[in-house]
Amino acid sequence: MQKDIVLELKQKAKELRKEIITIIYNAQSGHPGGSLSAIDVMVGLYYHKLKVDTKNPLWENRDRFVLSKGHCSPAIYAVLADKGFFPKSELEGYRKINRMLQGHPELNTPGIDFAGGALGQGICFALGIALACRLDKRNCNVYAMIGDGEAQEGAVWESSMAAAFHKLDNLIVILDKNQVQQTGKTKEIMDIGNVTMKWKAFGWNVIEINGHDMAQVVKALDKASKMKNKRPTIIISNTIKGKGVSFMELNHKFHGKAPNDDECRKAIEEIGNIDVKKFK
Amino acid sequence: MEKSATRDGYGKALLELGRQNKDVVALDADLSDSTRSEYFAKQFPERFFSMGIAEQDMIGAAAGLAFSGKIPYASTFAVFSERAYEFIRNIVSRNRLNVKIAGSHSGIATGEDGKSAQAIEDIAAYRVLPNMVVLQPCDAAECEKMVFALADYKGPSYMRLHRNAVPVIHDSNYKFEIGKGEVLRQGKDAVIFATGTLVHETLKAAEILDKEGIKVYVVNIHTIKPLDSNLVIDLAKKTNYVVTAEDHNVIGGLGGAVAEVLSENYPCLMKRIGMQDMYAESGRPDELYKKYGLDAESIAEEVMKFVSKKK
Repeated sequence: MQKDIVLELKQKAKELRKEIITIIYNAQSGHPGGSLSAIDVMVGLYYHKLKVDTKNPLWENRDRFVLSKGHCSPAIYAVLADKGFFPKSELEGYRKINRMLQGHPELNTPGIDFAGGALGQGICFALGIALACRLDKRNCNVYAMIGDGEAQEGAVWESSMAAAFHKLDNLIVILDKNQVQQTGKTKEIMDIGNVTMKWKAFGWNVIEINGHDMAQVVKALDKASKMKNKRPTIIISNTIKGKGVSFMELNHKFHGKAPNDDECRKAIEEIGNIDVKKFK
Repeated sequence: MEKSATRDGYGKALLELGRQNKDVVALDADLSDSTRSEYFAKQFPERFFSMGIAEQDMIGAAAGLAFSGKIPYASTFAVFSERAYEFIRNIVSRNRLNVKIAGSHSGIATGEDGKSAQAIEDIAAYRVLPNMVVLQPCDAAECEKMVFALADYKGPSYMRLHRNAVPVIHDSNYKFEIGKGEVLRQGKDAVIFATGTLVHETLKAAEILDKEGIKVYVVNIHTIKPLDSNLVIDLAKKTNYVVTAEDHNVIGGLGGAVAEVLSENYPCLMKRIGMQDMYAESGRPDELYKKYGLDAESIAEEVMKFVSKKK
């Protein structure tokens, strides 16, 4: 049964990768690289793990998802539209004037739990939600996704210290470790070092996975959501920036650049040709 | 007259508010003894969150709590709240979240600690953020009313508090309303709009001026944003000579706010009393006020010079 779920999720991720490319192509603006690296985990979250209600986006007992790396808005919008939080026709208005879908998410978009765009601000916000949920004895988890370039922000570590100090085992952070940031390889811009050791030293549960292997994603999310040992959990998700489109993979030039006509066609073709069985 | 610091009013009111409203929570960045949020912390440890010396994290967490329906009061020193400025901008003000920021030990009256602790730019910094309400009580009783009024107000706010005890000129019958100036003294020759600790220096200055035959209105501006524009314009029309007084940079603070309103509605001569775009130094608050022209005598002298232009 688990195997069927994994296959379904892989198929969904493929569909949404195409959607991401289309959204950014239509807008001729946006961030494909990080959206493509994060989408597998987001699919794992929204189609397997998160307890949410599309009819009641602010349902008090929902699981929350804080997308700290807000520039990956095409990924979350593709997911939310597909889930039915808002009509798919909204995707055409991405980044356009007088339309709902802003360049970086805003709280007035149904299904959005955090207005990102400024890196380093998601974990502390998620931490605040987690404190409130614990006070209210809600049976839910708060998930937050950050990037590896983002881990260069000092606030990430302030919040990581505080989440452990406040024993927030309802907080789960996913580090989308896609190795590349705007101007080059993360290792060369500012190496964030051994993040497993770092978060362990901060008092967190650490789970490390290949973030493009859906079976690992599902297993890690299941494990993290049940870890109730008075510690927050981080999933180090090893990914590839631009995953699924050969010329975008690990290419920092596609951090924040839209594909042109040829590139868009090629990208869609490539994604379409991915063999689900071989897809890792 | 009884003396008390606005921060004492803050602590007292927060504790009482905590008793009345279970959604009220408080956060502090290792200054809860100074900001007096410790009164709340001791009574309601489960609703008080120690955030360590990490102001950005404190503001982000307060925003997350507000997003989840809590009513967070986040306190630290005024100057250190600025460490979290872009968090306040991008999380709190941008999303219009219901976070109450309290910045204590504001102004040069903070004294001996010197430049690093003397916030003279916080009003300006927070005033330019859309959605932000900026408040400064002049005594502990007013601060208590303010803390309660904010609980009923939904949106971001910055409350500017002070270290030192000042006369308590309000009592429990005082009707406080966000956005309304309070005329403390009637006059005719000039109007002085004062805020925070300088309300007391200005009241004393008015006495000195009175002996010289100069009658001035004294107005307590506890809400710098939204400013009581109607009152400002009305009293400007009545006097034609407008003075502002604040323990803050004259750029961007109350002086700036009043100048903005008057230049568009009733241009008239103004004198802005405050820090003249400079930092102060260590010293006793009274010594600093004298040296930097914020004490009653200096204010009276400035107003006399200013009003003499009338003839």
